[in-house]
Formats: sequence, structure tokens, C-alpha cells
Amino acid sequence: MPTEVDRHQVQELLAKGAQLVDVMGASEWDESHIAGAVHVPLKELSELAAERLDAGRPVITYCYDSL
Amino acid sequence: MSPRAAWRLESLGFDEVYDYVGSKMDWIGEGLPFEGALVDRPRLGTLADPGVPTCKLDDAVSQVRPRLGQWPLSLVVTGASRVVLGLVRAENLGGDGDRPVAEVMQEGPSTYRPHVTAEEMSGKLKDSRARWVVVTTLSGQLVGVVQPEKIHEAAEAARA
Repeated sequence: MPTEVDRHQVQELLAKGAQLVDVMGASEWDESHIAGAVHVPLKELSELAAERLDAGRPVITYCYDSL
Repeated sequence: MSPRAAWRLESLGFDEVYDYVGSKMDWIGEGLPFEGALVDRPRLGTLADPGVPTCKLDDAVSQVRPRLGQWPLSLVVTGASRVVLGLVRAENLGGDGDRPVAEVMQEGPSTYRPHVTAEEMSGKLKDSRARWVVVTTLSGQLVGVVQPEKIHEAAEAARA
């Protein structure tokens, strides 16, 4: 079960080598994304996850906001 | 959207998966680093003057007056985290100098986040009589203040 985390926990996980994944579409990604994030849109997750992410490291997903 | 992605990643064999509940708006709203087209546009965070005078709730009015200098206002902030609680205008600092700032401040002024672009803010200010825009992080920490005129100018320049 994925664990919900806040901003502070995200920073701690990143410092330990976690991967941050932006799952929004291309236009939202182009407009702005968190520095250092990897772009893997939700709609292409199945096909791109193995290519762009390391399954051996923690992964943090994010989108636009909490809604 | 991100919770669904997190669940899907687990089903794809990722063992340690987290979901950042606040997501991008929480991060950017806190003034943390981001990339993309928005970075190059004038934003409140880059336009705001961080040098605005500040005071505490229990400071005496007589203590605050000399801090203003050329500023027509002071922001009431609390503790080391500099969370904005109120605003004191110079015209409210007359009279009894022993009164605490808490008695003369305007509580809960409107605040805006650092990532808001000048173009967006200029539109919001169209019918406003605000003389200052107070910029804080999402958690309320003071970034600075900016005059509407400066926002309108930056918006015009961005559109040109």
C-alpha cells in the first residue's frame, strides 16, 4: 500500500535517493514541475515506468494538488 | 491522480512507493525550486521586497514607529518562522505609544503565493484598491510585499 507523505518527508526521501515522479500530462509538465522530477504521465505509466524509473529505489508520485 | 499512479506502480513491482499528497502546488507555493516555462515569467516571489519592516504582536507602538522609515506599513509576524499575522499602517501608530501592536493591527490580511505570475495578479488587482500585496509561502511565512504598480508594469512587460 503506498504511503502518503508531506513536503518534509518528500525532502527527506529525496536526500536518501528517492525518485520523484510527475504524473501529469505534457502541457502541465512543460508549464512547471518540481526540480529534479521525472515525467511519467499516468496514462503512459505502464509502458514508461520500467524505462524511466529504477524499481530498486523509492518512488514518490505527485500531481497538481491535493484535490 | 497521483494516488492512482502510486497504486499502479506498486502493482508493476515497485516495492517502496509514496504519494506526495500536497503535490506540485504545495511545493511551489512554499517557494521551493521548480523548473519549466513558469520559471522565466515574472512572479510575486521575485517581485516582492523582503525588506518590509516587521514587528511582534506584543511590541509597543512606540517601538514600531521608528522602524518604518520610508515604509507606510509594517507587517506583524510571529516567531522565528516569520508567519504573517497582521498588518499595521503608519496612520494607526499614533496616540498612546504603550499600546501593544495587537490592538492596532489589521488582522489576517490577504496574502498571495510566490509562484503567482505578474499577469495573473495584475488581473486580480484590476478592480482592487489594495496599496500593497503581501506575499507569503503556503504555510504563511513572509516573503515580502509588492506594490500593485510594480505588478502591472511587470505584467505589461511580460505581454510585450
